[in-house]
Amino acid sequence: MAWFRRSAKKILSTERKSLSGDLWTKCPGCSEYIYREELERSRFVCPTCSHHFSINCRKYLEHLMDNPNGFTELDPDLSSVDPLEFEARKKYSDQLAAARKKTGLNEAVLTVTGAVEGYQVVLGIMDFSFIGGSMGSAVGEKVARAIDYAREHGLPLIIISASGGARMQEAALSLMQMAKTSAKLSQFSQSGGLYISVLTDPTTGGVTASFAMLGDIILAEPGALIGFAGARVIKQTIGEELPEGFQRAEFLREKGFVDHIVHRSDLKNILGQLIGFFGYPKKALRNEQAADSDQ
Amino acid sequence: MASKYTLSFEKPLQELEEKIEATKRTALERGIDMSKEIEGLESKLEKTAADFYQNLTRWQRVQMARHSERPYTLDYIERITSFWFEMHGDRHFADDKAVVGGLAEIDGEQVVIIGQQKGRGTRDNLFRNFGMPRPEGYRKALRLMNLAARFNRPVISFIDTPGAYPGIGAEERGQAEAIARNLMVMSTLPVPIIILVIGEGASGGALGMGVGDRLLMLENTWFSVISPEGCASILYRDASKAEEAADAMRVTPQDLMEMGVCDRILPEPPGGAHRDADTVAATVKSILMETLAELKEIPPEKLVATRVSRYERLGQWQE
Ligand SMILES: [Zn+2]
Repeated sequence: MAWFRRSAKKILSTERKSLSGDLWTKCPGCSEYIYREELERSRFVCPTCSHHFSINCRKYLEHLMDNPNGFTELDPDLSSVDPLEFEARKKYSDQLAAARKKTGLNEAVLTVTGAVEGYQVVLGIMDFSFIGGSMGSAVGEKVARAIDYAREHGLPLIIISASGGARMQEAALSLMQMAKTSAKLSQFSQSGGLYISVLTDPTTGGVTASFAMLGDIILAEPGALIGFAGARVIKQTIGEELPEGFQRAEFLREKGFVDHIVHRSDLKNILGQLIGFFGYPKKALRNEQAADSDQ
Repeated sequence: MASKYTLSFEKPLQELEEKIEATKRTALERGIDMSKEIEGLESKLEKTAADFYQNLTRWQRVQMARHSERPYTLDYIERITSFWFEMHGDRHFADDKAVVGGLAEIDGEQVVIIGQQKGRGTRDNLFRNFGMPRPEGYRKALRLMNLAARFNRPVISFIDTPGAYPGIGAEERGQAEAIARNLMVMSTLPVPIIILVIGEGASGGALGMGVGDRLLMLENTWFSVISPEGCASILYRDASKAEEAADAMRVTPQDLMEMGVCDRILPEPPGGAHRDADTVAATVKSILMETLAELKEIPPEKLVATRVSRYERLGQWQE
């Protein structure tokens, strides 16, 4: 459903700052200036207040993969078309072209298989900078295929969400991706697969109301905005101010919808422990060792 | 006499109707026979109306779907069932009045019916929360669907909502989780599920009770990812551009047939379902029974596999 224009602005301005080549970035959490290199080192988490800056899907990949080059991208060429020839203030086809150029990505989700803490996994990572991480047919299809890949290969599934919701420019076809991904997860779950959902800032609308909320385990980054309806719409409907911390990760944990708030630097370790707990073998480690000894 | 034609775009018909009334009055006052003229005007109105309602714009259909006199879920249930036992509550928090559900018998077929329920008039609408479900509504529907699966009874779901309720409590109680859970369970529920859109089908709020083997839509309904007004205010930054947004999103049953989302369009009486609730209910009943007969023949595993692949195919992409 709705995008959050307010947070979109916030993300964009943060990004503009960090991309502008400035050596210093102002933290929106504590207003401290952070040296660029230090921010990189801390995986874009403020050393002072732990504010988690939004990062793109490649950064998560670097952070989580055992071997930054040792993964295989699934469906790298699968991308959106403009089935309805949609045009509002902008043509959807132009928006797609601009998003591809700006992000260097084909779509708002990247799906790979590779090793995390020695475990072979299927990992989907959404990218908010690609049309607000919105889910159209291509995102839905890539997620659906990633789920199928995990089922067919008996691998655990991890999806890191960051999305404003369903992509309005594909109208009912976007909406149907909610059903498609949920149907695939139902099959995956029935086949005994483990699915860990990681919610990052922001995860809203149709993505929250489908695969993001269906994890066997649901983790969230600190402070992440997570919800179904947009704050503006709620405010308009009820005519009141929203409580402090409403729709933040901590709020969802209190209400019983998130298992754990996980600091970004702990994420990889925790994923490994959880996958290990459920008895998945460390087969990737063997493969890597074999590859190393070949060299 | 109050006009039958109350929507602004129905003005041409209203004018013809007024002309007929005026002619009748003249005939009466002056005691002259004008039956020929009246007959002529009446047949003109009938013909004009027939053409008119077949050529509605998308935005006009949206307004028809929202007509305050349109039959709602319980109006159909009352007309098509011979047995109806309504059930209340999600067993966790409350009974959501925007969702009704229960056990029903239609033409000797035992089914579970769930549906989104709007209210008529201000008081009833407040009671029904304008047909906007909260999490407990989706969870009530889920409870009934699981019951249907245990006892091998088909599910019929009536869709008619402007969206899931955007409120603090709804978010606190997991609106997103409630909808997501229903999508997951409905996609592989081992009994037939027929979805029938009788009015508005807005966003995840509609889909949360809208995954099934067949999606049927009445002629004057709409179904999309967001309301035209919502789309307009976000993508056009101007809520008054709803008409353009309805066109851009292609929200009508005919559009959804072309996208492969809708399976069948059910005709409404001339002027819309609200003109003749009994006739439209009879159509609904006969097509539901026909569809059910088809689906009942399919073994559960095949039914579920076909349902999943139906959603698998939806969408367009390149690679
Ligand atoms: Zn800070």
